[in-house]
Amino acid sequence: MSASTTQSGRGAARRRALTGRAIFAGPGLLYITLFMTIPVLLVLVYSFFQRGRFGGIVWEFTLENYVRAFEPVYLNVLSNSLVIAGTTTVFALVIGYPTAYAITRLPKRWRTVALVLVVLPFWTNFLIRTYAWIVLLNSEGPINSSLVDAGIISAPIGLLYTPGAVIVGLVYAYLPLVILPVYASIERLDRQLIEAASNLGASRVRAFFDVTLPLTLPGVMIGAIFVFVPSLGNFVVPELLGGGKTVMVGNLIRDQFLEARDWPFGAVLALFVISLLVILFAIQAAISRRINGTGKRYAAKQVTHA
Amino acid sequence: MTLDSTNAPLLRVSSVSKAYGDVVALDDVNIEIQQNEFFALLGPSGCGKTTLLRSIAGFEDPDAGAITILGAGSGAGEGEQIDLLSLPPNKRPVNLMFQSYALFPHMNVRKNIAYGLEREGLGKDEIAERVNEVLITTGLTDKADVRPAQLSGGQRQRVALARAIVKRPRLLLLDEPLSALDRKVRAEMQIELKRLQHEVGITFVVVTHDQEEAMSMADRIAVMHEGRVQQIADPVTLYSQPANVFVADFIGTGSLLRGIVANAVLLLRPESVHISADLAGAQLQGEVVETHFFGGSSTTSVRVAEMETLIVASHPGAPKFAVGERVGISWNADDAILLEDQP
Repeated sequence: MSASTTQSGRGAARRRALTGRAIFAGPGLLYITLFMTIPVLLVLVYSFFQRGRFGGIVWEFTLENYVRAFEPVYLNVLSNSLVIAGTTTVFALVIGYPTAYAITRLPKRWRTVALVLVVLPFWTNFLIRTYAWIVLLNSEGPINSSLVDAGIISAPIGLLYTPGAVIVGLVYAYLPLVILPVYASIERLDRQLIEAASNLGASRVRAFFDVTLPLTLPGVMIGAIFVFVPSLGNFVVPELLGGGKTVMVGNLIRDQFLEARDWPFGAVLALFVISLLVILFAIQAAISRRINGTGKRYAAKQVTHA
Repeated sequence: MTLDSTNAPLLRVSSVSKAYGDVVALDDVNIEIQQNEFFALLGPSGCGKTTLLRSIAGFEDPDAGAITILGAGSGAGEGEQIDLLSLPPNKRPVNLMFQSYALFPHMNVRKNIAYGLEREGLGKDEIAERVNEVLITTGLTDKADVRPAQLSGGQRQRVALARAIVKRPRLLLLDEPLSALDRKVRAEMQIELKRLQHEVGITFVVVTHDQEEAMSMADRIAVMHEGRVQQIADPVTLYSQPANVFVADFIGTGSLLRGIVANAVLLLRPESVHISADLAGAQLQGEVVETHFFGGSSTTSVRVAEMETLIVASHPGAPKFAVGERVGISWNADDAILLEDQP
């Protein structure tokens, strides 16, 4: 067979493969285009125009909305949100990673039970679960009263309506979203790698930090994003457990659309959250490529070797 | 056998047993491995060979028995010994090359090899020197900065080997070292493993299910079956004097014939079987059912009436008889091996 026919044959095969893929990916792509890409584009477009007096958009181009986002009031809310979401993420990882690790060490049938227990809270309404925290944290609640009974504190302390309460509520809400991806990455890890480290003289702690942790980092990153981003956008927890004193970017966005009726400014704030999400996922992808040694740089090397 | 393996035992496995629930993985296993020996644990899958290897490395805990390294330690005194089972895996002076190689995917070749030396707390210069040395021995110098994902199967195998031998262990355990390689690379690596073993002077214990591999590389072989050691011997002895029917059947090819000698099984290796057109003078008569021509030699399979097993004869050149022909089968009494019949 001549080179040209081989190539055209290959081209046809590739086209067939592409058509096949399009058929399978089509419904999903259509759904994403309709309900994700179009709304995001709308938000992008809104952000460059002026607000209408009773909501909606006045189609006059302006960059005023972006400038406004840099006013100290809003920068403060943004940085405050980043700190709270960041702290939430750290706590969720510190609690979630050991939990996920422990679950992978259970006998097989208990693993499933444990995972069901982890996602069980999701079957209850989110609002109800958050209200439960109000009961737990308020000055007459069980935490305060048992601390007083134990003699650790003399009078009830203000637990509710603090940034701490917001963080507690967010960690609680999104903990399963850390445990599941981290569990998956530890479960997938080849246990022989840990045995190999041990065989080469590494203690268990050493093997964990040299092998287990770096190789499960992609799962950790996914878990972190799954907590960080919704925490940043959450407005129910700051309102119920923060008592409206802790304003986060989620509250701000909600207020712009529903109360202040300033859609363009709300759109700018929403874009901020969306672009943060994109950046975080890009970082996650870069890290997992680096860890597995399958980055573009390496792939290119492969080709030249062949 | 290599020069130094003059009856100086290095590893002693005594009365080791291990069961998983009802399944017996190791049943009173006793093996003594000499210094600088290339020793093979051979058997079908599930025979307990991997469990034994993992028990030596510390990843399985035997229910009973002892595993000791003799004359070990820096002093290497006469009576000195190390009770391996009392040590955690990371403290055992034994290295294991995993079947999957278990290379760290997030480290390049050099870092993979240096890892074990770093755990020993050696100085940077010494580590670099020893890693470079072993990179040369294994021919990996130009791959030192590449990640395992960019290597071929044969190269990965060499990294795994380098990572183990750079530690200069007294004993190197290799779990199915060649099984992940394709046929051609496997043949090369067989020779290379043997060369390396001579060069570095480390005792090798190889686990394999491939009898040809074990026969061609090992000084001595322990054949295992159902958790028990069936026979420990050098390859030639295993082939010519198998201890029982299992070993006879597992090692090499041959026909196991029942009913010719009372209460015993007769083992005829193909090269000991002569077939001819002379029916009257032969010990048995049969009909040719199959012939195979391998270029330099051929095999002819003969069915003898009322006998379950075919008798296979090998001889140089092309097949001499056609399928369906009646032939006479004969052998020298000295070449036939008599084995006790096992139920």
